[in-house]
Amino acid sequence: MTNPKKKNEILYFALRNNKLRVGLTIIILFLVLTFVGPMLTDYAPYDYLNPKGAQPPSSEYWFGTTMFGQDVFTQFVHGLKATFLVGAIGGGLGTFIGILIGFTAGYRGGIIDELLNTLTNIVLVIPTLAILLIIAAYLTVRGILVESIFIGCTAWPWAARAIRAQTFSLRSRDFVDLARLSGMRAWKIIFTEIAPNMMSYLLLVFILQFGGAILIAATLDFIGLGPTNAVSLGLMMNNAVLWGALLLGIWWWFVPPGVAIMAIVGALYVTNVGLDEVFNPKLREM
Amino acid sequence: MRRYLGRKILIYILTFFLAVTIDWLIPRFMPGDPVQTMLSRGLLHAEGVEVMYGYYTRAFGLDVPIWQQYLNFWSALFHGDLGTSVYLFPQPVARVIMRAVPYDIFLLLPAILLSWFAGNKFGAFAARTKWLDNTILPIGYILTATPYMWLGILLAWAFGVVLGIFPIAGAYGFELRPHLSWTFIGSVLKHWFLPFASLFLVKFGGWAIGMRNMIIYELEADYSHYLEALGAPRKLVRKYAFRNAILPQITGLSLDLGVIVAGALVTEVVFSYPGIGYLILQAIQNQDYFLIQGCFLFIIIGVLLANFAIDIAYVIVDPRTRLGMMGETA
Repeated sequence: MTNPKKKNEILYFALRNNKLRVGLTIIILFLVLTFVGPMLTDYAPYDYLNPKGAQPPSSEYWFGTTMFGQDVFTQFVHGLKATFLVGAIGGGLGTFIGILIGFTAGYRGGIIDELLNTLTNIVLVIPTLAILLIIAAYLTVRGILVESIFIGCTAWPWAARAIRAQTFSLRSRDFVDLARLSGMRAWKIIFTEIAPNMMSYLLLVFILQFGGAILIAATLDFIGLGPTNAVSLGLMMNNAVLWGALLLGIWWWFVPPGVAIMAIVGALYVTNVGLDEVFNPKLREM
Repeated sequence: MRRYLGRKILIYILTFFLAVTIDWLIPRFMPGDPVQTMLSRGLLHAEGVEVMYGYYTRAFGLDVPIWQQYLNFWSALFHGDLGTSVYLFPQPVARVIMRAVPYDIFLLLPAILLSWFAGNKFGAFAARTKWLDNTILPIGYILTATPYMWLGILLAWAFGVVLGIFPIAGAYGFELRPHLSWTFIGSVLKHWFLPFASLFLVKFGGWAIGMRNMIIYELEADYSHYLEALGAPRKLVRKYAFRNAILPQITGLSLDLGVIVAGALVTEVVFSYPGIGYLILQAIQNQDYFLIQGCFLFIIIGVLLANFAIDIAYVIVDPRTRLGMMGETA
């Protein structure tokens, strides 16, 4: 039920919101770097290039080289790609499962709600990383896709819970009752009557899932359970720490991946708050 | 109250049941033979492999029917038997883990509690105070978006390597043996400080932001406006807002435990701090599956216990749960 006037209003506040502007700018910058970066280097991430080993940033190697003479910049831009992939697939899957379970539980109610709610609460209590840990440990070959899928499959509970609560409060509104009286099918009601009223909320959930998936992936990669066939930012930090970059003072090895993760996830969070302010007039600063 | 806690306990028992089942299931149903994988590394001649293969097959209990394997797994668990560590052969996994647990508690408990209290106080203070909102909050966002291990790496590098103030590895000086003396306690505290600080800082940012947003919601609620209209002092309105805003933060604490535990694991890896996180790294590098599975169970048990403690705290803080007014939603 969005009329053009309301859309303009949202756009108006969106363009004037500083948090949103800063957040989106950072994310877009990193996205551009992800696509353009690989064209700027002629190397592969794990090529042994520099016979002198670790060297600080120079015009030849922009971010310096690792202890084995690998180009940090090349690893960095390829790692960025992995980070965005994990965020999109893991966060997307987590949101999708959350929506599915949240809508079903919230709209159906009764025994189905009871069962799904119990399931949600159980998965909610188990630390995500602990589960991923033993799954990843037993998988001898791991790819970014598999990693993202496992992350998505364990990250959904809080989303499901939040969406269920929202659905619950919308379910008893008049327009939903009306749709039900007119004989609409349950799924049609959910997608044409309830979901459009929660679109902004679902977007916020997705953004938070996106950021969460990136952080979990970085954690998993850092303890050595990341992808076995690709580069990632977490893996770069893992290698840097394992090979004593700290004691040797090779800061250009471990600083860039951390800065990137922090900037991307931080920008996502700030965008999230900005969007929240745009959608919710109560939060706009006066 | 009994209904509220009863529901929670039921969930925890089911969770524990599920966790143990996963712990049992994964090695058996993952692609590949766990015993083969475990032996593919390290052992040299064929005879040795055969003997070890027999040993591990029996240790996993793979030579009996599947339902009996499952029951055996539970019964071993209740006898405190988590298998034998491969990496620290022949020490039992349970004992290896028990040695690491005190370090985890020593690191996590102060980090969780102090960051929660400080973050909430600070967030409530910063809300709707223009200059604090504009200067400190961005820092809060940056902190909470920082990966734990990276902040740990930075702190270790800055304070440990460049400035040389703090040690960056171990739980106490390598030249010391654990005993009760000021030198030893001082050394322990010195080794503890950096890992603690990196956990504290990340969490502090998260709680401060959460509280700041909560307080703003509450200050916009009808009861706050009503109080203001009555002419109540700003301080009183904020006090009421705080009491309401703290409840979601308590729930948030229990939701966040898993993340904090994950953070502690990687922080320990950075600082070679001998808790469970460091143990897991060793176990992964040495393909010590029994040890990984044991650590998994210990993490779950710890998180469940902490959740239960938080539930009790919630009952104390929120009178409505005591009167049975919100058994369903909580």
